[in-house]
Amino acid sequence: MGKKAIIPFGPQHPVLPEPIHLDLVVEDEVVLEATPQIGFIHRGLERLVQTKDYNQFIYVAERICGICAFGHSMGYAETIERLMDIEIPKRAEYLRVIWHELSRIHSHILWLGLAADAFGHEALFMHCWRLRERVLDLFEKTTGGRVIFSVVKVGGVQRDIDASMLDEFITVLDGIKDEYAQICKAFLNEPSVYNRTAGVGVIPYEDALNLSMVGPFARASAVNYDVRMLGNGAYSDLADFAPILSDNCDCYARMEVRAAEVPQSIEIIRELASKIPAGDIAIPVKGAPAIDSEACNVVEQPRGECYYFAKGNGTKYLDRMRMRTPTSQNLAGMAVALKGCDVADVNMIVLTIDPCISCTER
Amino acid sequence: MGVFKLGKMTFGSLFKKPETVLYPIEQKPKPVGLKGHIAIEAESCILCGMCDRSCATNCITVDKQARTWAIDRFQCIQCGYCVTCCPKKCLHMDPDYAPASTQHTVDVVEVPAQDKPAKAEKADDNKPAATAAAAAEKPSETEQVPTNAKDRDEALLAAIALMEPEKAQRVRDALEARS
Ligand code: SF4
Ligand code: SF4
Repeated sequence: MGKKAIIPFGPQHPVLPEPIHLDLVVEDEVVLEATPQIGFIHRGLERLVQTKDYNQFIYVAERICGICAFGHSMGYAETIERLMDIEIPKRAEYLRVIWHELSRIHSHILWLGLAADAFGHEALFMHCWRLRERVLDLFEKTTGGRVIFSVVKVGGVQRDIDASMLDEFITVLDGIKDEYAQICKAFLNEPSVYNRTAGVGVIPYEDALNLSMVGPFARASAVNYDVRMLGNGAYSDLADFAPILSDNCDCYARMEVRAAEVPQSIEIIRELASKIPAGDIAIPVKGAPAIDSEACNVVEQPRGECYYFAKGNGTKYLDRMRMRTPTSQNLAGMAVALKGCDVADVNMIVLTIDPCISCTER
Repeated sequence: MGVFKLGKMTFGSLFKKPETVLYPIEQKPKPVGLKGHIAIEAESCILCGMCDRSCATNCITVDKQARTWAIDRFQCIQCGYCVTCCPKKCLHMDPDYAPASTQHTVDVVEVPAQDKPAKAEKADDNKPAATAAAAAEKPSETEQVPTNAKDRDEALLAAIALMEPEKAQRVRDALEARS
């Protein structure tokens, strides 16, 4: 028997650019327990809701996270629309979902590139970046921004996408789809990747449910839950939507599920682009949320369900805005997955859970 | 093994144009709606201060007395909210990014006098609340506050109602202390 030792992991670590600290209690190269610690980049963004009015706060909300920026602005705007009983035009709902799915594609490709890089597969990392660049170009052409878009507003969206641009979306995404399939094949069928990830970092179905895990990480443990199933906004018009599930519960399953969500998002964009109704893209919004009005909302971010809660006080300033981000749900699952693993597997497990610390700490 | 699996893609790349450009000699074309920087057509600006009040980062300063419109480009987050708020539509988002700078400077634009100053003044009279709000924020402009005590109190109350809760509380405290 060896002696117990504590190995600190992070907050600065080459595998993960985000500041999370793990205390790994190790004995004989086996992790007995992992204690995550966060709090390195708390910015107090929720508090800002009391000093920025509800229209201004949308620009704060989308700065919560650089990758799910669109999702946060959309989730926040939908919450305020519920708070004020506003129904936005159908076209705006479609446009929001198209952009949101596009940001899911860019997030998943980015993650695949980082995963490839962590395996030392630099060529694949470059190919992923090349594909992601095309998605960012689409964003740049339609919203005017590459990472932060500022295109959602309470009551609709600020910019329209015309028919020729939607056709370009489909052409570009079709090109990405073929190349992405090749990249995934090369990565997921690679024996060294399979050997390092299969059977590693298992989160059993019951644990995933008990710990309320969300997103692709829960779906890789066969939890059949995806907010898009609920049919909020334009998702209700999809002909059929079934979450991608896997029952292997390990790191490899999580990679497979995330990889398969990109073609699914491309199909969603294709379907919505063909069905998009004509009409206004926004309605004027006047007034302020009523005193003691409350609303909540859920959005499927690239990393899973994000919950929003808002409370009005009769002025333009909200009383309370709360977001519960996907990573805060998944950190507990990560601690479970790390228990009993090899020290050398820690970075694989952390990477396949892909914690977004900026979101979590706000 | 990965080398052979990616072989087709890698081999294809040999015969394609590179994806990257030789920046800064070569530059990608800028899309039309790119959010570069905020530009103003000073001739149509009426110095109403809507952009100043709506900006989430407080980076625009409108000075009616000096007839200037100033923007701190280091603070601007290119959200474009001021563009949607301007009643005269004289702000727009230019696709060129603001040039890099080694010093923290504020861009000040002189706003030329309008052709019809009488009308502009009348518009001011109709908005005592807005004027009082500006006065409360900038003590140097106290001469703008109505001289009649009752009018002044009403204007102040209206201005306080428009303020952020914290600021409103501060103003109320200051008023109480003075009385
Ligand atoms: S909102 Fe427009 S008109 Fe008013 S001060 Fe600003 S730029 Fe000038
Ligand atoms: S773009 Fe946004 S941050 Fe910049 S001046 Fe306008 S409102 Fe302020």
